[in-house]
Amino acid sequence: MLNQLTKSVGRVVRAAAIAAVIGGGIAAASAQDITGACATFPGPIYTKWGEQYKATGAGALNYQAVGSGAGVTQIINRTVDFGASDTPVASERLASNNLLQFPAVIGAVVVVVNIPGVDGANLKLNGAVIADIYQGRIRMWNAKEIKDLNPGVTLPAVAIAPAYRADSSGTTNIFTSYLASVSLPFQTNVGAGNSVPWKTGVGAPGNAGVAAAVKNTKGGIGYVEYAYATENGMQAPMLENRAKKFVKPTVAGFNAAASQANWNNAPNMAASMLNMSGDTTWPIVSATYVLVPKNPSDPVRAANVLKFFDWAFKSGGPAADQLHYIALPKAVQDQVRKKWTTISANGQPVWK
Amino acid sequence: MRTLSPAVKARYFRRQAADLIMSGLCIVAAIIGIIMLALILWMLFSKGLTGLSLDVFTKSMSSTGTGGGLANAIVGSLIQVGIGSMIGAPLGMMVGVYLSEVGKTSPFASVVRFVNDILLSAPSVLIGLFVYQIAVSPFGGFSGIAGALALALLAMPVVARTTEDILRLVPQAYRDGAIALGSRENEVVRKVILPAAFGGILTGILLAVARIAGETAPLIFTSLGNSNWSTDLTKPMASLPIAIYRYAGSPSADLVQLAWTGALLITVGVLLLNVVSRVSLAAVKRGQS
Amino acid sequence: METTAAKSLIGTRKPHLGDTTFHISLYVAGAIVVVVLASILLIMFLGGRQAFETFGVGFIWSTEWNAVTSIYGALPAITGTLITALLAICIAWPIGFGIAFFLTEICPRALRAPLGIAIELLAAIPSIVYGMWGFFVLAPFMAETVQPWLTEVFAWIPPLGDSFFWFSAPPLGVGLMTASLVLAVMILPFIAATTRDVMLSTPQLLKDGAYAMGATRWETLTGVVIPAVRGSLFGAVFLGLGRALGETMAVVFVIGNATRMPDSLYAPSASIASVVANNFPEAETGSIQLAALLGLGFILFVVSFGVLALARLLLRQERMA
Repeated sequence: MLNQLTKSVGRVVRAAAIAAVIGGGIAAASAQDITGACATFPGPIYTKWGEQYKATGAGALNYQAVGSGAGVTQIINRTVDFGASDTPVASERLASNNLLQFPAVIGAVVVVVNIPGVDGANLKLNGAVIADIYQGRIRMWNAKEIKDLNPGVTLPAVAIAPAYRADSSGTTNIFTSYLASVSLPFQTNVGAGNSVPWKTGVGAPGNAGVAAAVKNTKGGIGYVEYAYATENGMQAPMLENRAKKFVKPTVAGFNAAASQANWNNAPNMAASMLNMSGDTTWPIVSATYVLVPKNPSDPVRAANVLKFFDWAFKSGGPAADQLHYIALPKAVQDQVRKKWTTISANGQPVWK
Repeated sequence: MRTLSPAVKARYFRRQAADLIMSGLCIVAAIIGIIMLALILWMLFSKGLTGLSLDVFTKSMSSTGTGGGLANAIVGSLIQVGIGSMIGAPLGMMVGVYLSEVGKTSPFASVVRFVNDILLSAPSVLIGLFVYQIAVSPFGGFSGIAGALALALLAMPVVARTTEDILRLVPQAYRDGAIALGSRENEVVRKVILPAAFGGILTGILLAVARIAGETAPLIFTSLGNSNWSTDLTKPMASLPIAIYRYAGSPSADLVQLAWTGALLITVGVLLLNVVSRVSLAAVKRGQS
Repeated sequence: METTAAKSLIGTRKPHLGDTTFHISLYVAGAIVVVVLASILLIMFLGGRQAFETFGVGFIWSTEWNAVTSIYGALPAITGTLITALLAICIAWPIGFGIAFFLTEICPRALRAPLGIAIELLAAIPSIVYGMWGFFVLAPFMAETVQPWLTEVFAWIPPLGDSFFWFSAPPLGVGLMTASLVLAVMILPFIAATTRDVMLSTPQLLKDGAYAMGATRWETLTGVVIPAVRGSLFGAVFLGLGRALGETMAVVFVIGNATRMPDSLYAPSASIASVVANNFPEAETGSIQLAALLGLGFILFVVSFGVLALARLLLRQERMA
């Protein structure tokens, strides 16, 4: 038996050694790889950029769309190379954890619905009604409040099934910040945040999960990042904006919001784009942010992260257009690059 | 022949009727249960097989949500389950040997046996939390090795349990004979007991492998998942269960299809391991008795 | 195990290096098992201490789980966990018991082994597969067929008629009931296999005696088999309960992930495992949220430890499963 055992142990050890050599070889070949635990809101664009970036011969991006809350936590714990959050992180938290925050891309949150017999894309909703739906105050699609917004549309007597993010997410933060800003009851009863105490509805994991939940439930309503809605052919109703106009979610509408953001005076480059004025402006627009350590322990990997985003700023525009995101304005990109020079490892600047 | 009184007859019929009704209910229960489970398996095969193609084994996940495969997840699962078993199986074997050959009915052995039985069915999500706290958080990153460690902790009690059970089947005469020939205790175990029980122990290891191959919850907190091909143990690593979990919640039909195919692969793998180990276990037990 | 003459002979020998290292390494392995369990408990407790200190006993009794105001109460998750696990047992146990009785006494002899193995194989299917089945098949079925039907049937009863309250229209499909059903299907083969093993452990002699006296199969079961192995039968149930309590993947897809008190059996809810799986990746080191999650883990551990310990004590005589 001992012989048998030593033999088999020997085999195992040899196999492990071979595996280690092969593994090491592959690891060496992919030393430029970077890992990000990120918000799901920019998920589609980051993965797309990652694929195109890899095709240029650079390293691969391992992007796990786990939610903004996780994105921030993982970078604070330094378990990933960069974190991403859809909502700006408070200045004190950035300072105490030695993090640099910069916007990466701009996107919009849309409401998606699944109402039998109704063309959701032409439905009209406003913030107050959506806030009431998510508080369980409006429970049927043929409720008076919704009818009043949609004269002439036959709404079925179908119960409303609200879906929300089960995980902590920046999309939720953007959406609830918007609802809280237009509905006082929502602000007091539910509040705004990455994960809030919903009064009704079901939780699904990730943008994708919410999209799936709405798709699979009759009478469903949910909120997702615009790219998820378009990629999956979902119906996104019109919303009433600050100028009291009903607008469809379009890239022009997002651009209108983005162009009004006040980048220069925003601390940590966190410029608000929620509920901006203008006739064509889509009301729920926000930048998504990337977090990197200011004092990285591994300067090479830190530089790889910056190289990736530098590439994305320079060449990622078409992909952003294609997925209905908005690339950062050129001036803002330059501001971001200037910020990168403050990152240093062992006294050496990482970005030159 | 004496005629039975009506009362006795009536009681006889009552007893027979009760038996028929209860047996009937049990048969119905069995039919419901078996049909239910057959339906699940049938659905798994019908949905999983449609997506089965060479791409599944040769390509990694695609960013656009269309096409792509599970190659990175399959390899990641193999690596983590392999290393998890390599750590967990020897440890479990030693625990089993301790319980059967050394500790026996001593108080400490009773505690170990009891604790091992608890670990055997402890919620795997807690094992994941535990490994996150000791191997992810302090070392600054999700990693394949943390995933393997979590799986090792799940494999250990399974192997320990089966090893003890199998060693108990080894006749006492083997031990007495070896000792009578002047063997040391460690020689008795190494040269007599373990070889005699080798097949059975291997079976236990296979069962443990099958158990950990399908575990999802502990890997969420330890190896995280990886959308790319990666065999670096110090980095996040993909695995089949996590890929299934992430893809199943996706609205993209292609990814959901991939999740079904992944679920089919993992189920077939787990069932095959179980069949092989059960067949060999039966052979071992026949050999013993 | 019996002390043999040979065994006592060993005791008279001089200490031997090989035997000593052999013994020590085995003791260490045994100790590792105990250390692992103890450290899981310790890490959960230390991690959750902040939550217990901040919220006191209220942590267990409070119904509010609010990440905005950082107030965490475990009751919604505990409620969801207990309801789904208990309901699952109530559904799965009678069926599992029926299957076990069928397999030991009724089924034709030739079919017993293959069917028994099939049941054991089903118990080995990864739980995520059951979760997917629940999400893609059972949940839509509940939403489109079962829940509308229930609402219609009970609409005339005044308190139930307000279907929004009792039957949770909108028919979401996911919720406590769906999660319980998925759990029930998942633990069914497990309970059936364990119960069968327990029934088989009854000495054949006892059963033959009962049959020889003219007892029916059912009478033999209730009069001989059940009294002989009653403890172990309960043990099998508790083992299944332990599994249902801590299950994550089968539940997270279908429970609806709502950390508020459920107002009906069809309302979305959350279990401890699903809350941990959804929120743990986001909880920041040192935050009260992380403490609350580890506190939840501690509660789950204590509850399942209690259930599993009970199961093992009941099963100890036969040492089943």
